[in-house]
Amino acid sequence: MNSPALPSYSKAEQSAFPYLFTLFFLIAFVDSWRRAEVSPLLFLEAEGRNNLWKFLTGMFPPDLSANFLGLMFRPAMETIQISVMGTLIAIVIGFPLGMLGTRTFSASGVLNEVDTLGSPTRRAWGYLVYFGARAVLSLFRSIPEFVWAFMFVRAVGLGPFPGVLAIGVAYGGMLGKVYSEIFEAVNDRPLEALQSTGANRLQIFFYGWLPQVLPNFISYTLYRWECAVRASAVLGLVGAGGLGQQIEISMRMFNFHEILTLLGILFIMVATVDYISAKIRAVL
Amino acid sequence: MNGSPAETKPKAVPWPAHEEPSRNGLANYGLFVALIALFLWSYDGSEIRLGDLFSREGGAQIFAYIKGLFPPDFSANVIREAVRGTFETFAISFMGTLMAATIAFALVFFASRHLIYSGLLYELEPKHGWSRSLRMVPYLLAKGLLNFLRTVPEMLWALIFVFIVGLGPFAGVLALAVHTGGVLGKLFGEVLEDIDQQPIESLQSTGANKLQILFYGIVPQALPQFISYTLYRWEVNIRVAAVLGFVGAGGLGQRIHIAISLFLENQLLTYLIFIYALVTIADYLSAYLRRRVI
Repeated sequence: MNSPALPSYSKAEQSAFPYLFTLFFLIAFVDSWRRAEVSPLLFLEAEGRNNLWKFLTGMFPPDLSANFLGLMFRPAMETIQISVMGTLIAIVIGFPLGMLGTRTFSASGVLNEVDTLGSPTRRAWGYLVYFGARAVLSLFRSIPEFVWAFMFVRAVGLGPFPGVLAIGVAYGGMLGKVYSEIFEAVNDRPLEALQSTGANRLQIFFYGWLPQVLPNFISYTLYRWECAVRASAVLGLVGAGGLGQQIEISMRMFNFHEILTLLGILFIMVATVDYISAKIRAVL
Repeated sequence: MNGSPAETKPKAVPWPAHEEPSRNGLANYGLFVALIALFLWSYDGSEIRLGDLFSREGGAQIFAYIKGLFPPDFSANVIREAVRGTFETFAISFMGTLMAATIAFALVFFASRHLIYSGLLYELEPKHGWSRSLRMVPYLLAKGLLNFLRTVPEMLWALIFVFIVGLGPFAGVLALAVHTGGVLGKLFGEVLEDIDQQPIESLQSTGANKLQILFYGIVPQALPQFISYTLYRWEVNIRVAAVLGFVGAGGLGQRIHIAISLFLENQLLTYLIFIYALVTIADYLSAYLRRRVI
């Protein structure tokens, strides 16, 4: 814990790190300013000012006609459905891969020590599986869900289905990584105790392993579901169904009063999902 | 209570804590049924056709697509575009996160309950004065603004800013800045809630005014955490900046969008490799910096 009386400068002062860091920071700042075409003055110029004004005034009053709200009901529900199915697929992908990508499950530790003791081949296979699973997970999560969505739109056509697949694959990668971190943290002792009573590997898994990880596991999955709702609301921008598609249409048509309504719907949806998820977490 | 220790029932040794069910079976089943219903409803609505995906035709199509990705296009032109896009993505995330931290830092002190109208700093003041109500105004405004900034997703902000400032990376910077500003505002606020009150109290007892307390008692405590959270969000933003181009806000996303739209799969793979490299490097860099800061 840093004492506020003695700020943490003292350690850093001895190295060249602060100077180097400042140098790099300044270079990055100047270069990024140029590359990102940062131009705050744009807001003061006539065009920027006009557009901003047009947008702000255009938003009010929001379009609350029964007709429009009725039309938006279906896409809003679709967004939720995409997020639920996407998270489900993510679990289906992430759970087995996360398990295989756990060192203590597939390569070493209590579960494998008997097998790998005298057999280098078996050991090598274990590590191969371990690294393979990690590589797949890393591939899945490092391609952003937007790119996945766009690729799936190409592969299976427009509609909610590519959105489900995109969330499933991208979030599968993220869930798998976090699951494997949860798995790594499993306490070995109950496993060892089970093993000494003669439990087989499946029994060790179900009675020693799973009960330890399940609470963390569910809580993190719920958190990801919350994120998935947000994500599926915008995946529609590339044609993957849900509210995003409506937002894109309204934006392209410059119907800003519809945008405000859609933002309101989005806000209510996200708040509801957060609330439900918090409730479930409290029960567990 | 007349029980001597000998009379009390021996406590069962709980393993693994199944003895006391925290809720009754009915609620359990209710939750389970609700979950199944949710899945069925979602399955019905999201037009899932897994059959298509795993049928011979669908499988062949996906296989052909993946085969089309190889070999990645490493011609000088594409590499130059990819490098430029990568630097642009970095620039967007860098400027965006920096602006976001500025926004959050400027707003968070107003949005923190015990800095603006209650708690230690105000314990001497009357509880129901008009000045207290007046201080509520900036608090609610700042809190509401942060909430609003956070609720609208980056992509949507990008769409809006593309309209306002035109196509190009600057729209992406602004989108990241406002959304992440909201997120960081919330995270910073949590840091402020957790700070140690004692230095504040001792500063107060020496007669420091509120501004002095802020700079000598609060900011030094919170700053390392602020930086750490900012770095964490920067990692997230690198990933977002890589796709903001889909709505016309520059970076690698724009190139990817074009590559997918024009069926230039070989180029797509090149860009994906660059994204992967950028994200990985950013993760390591951020982890390293975080270690240095904390």
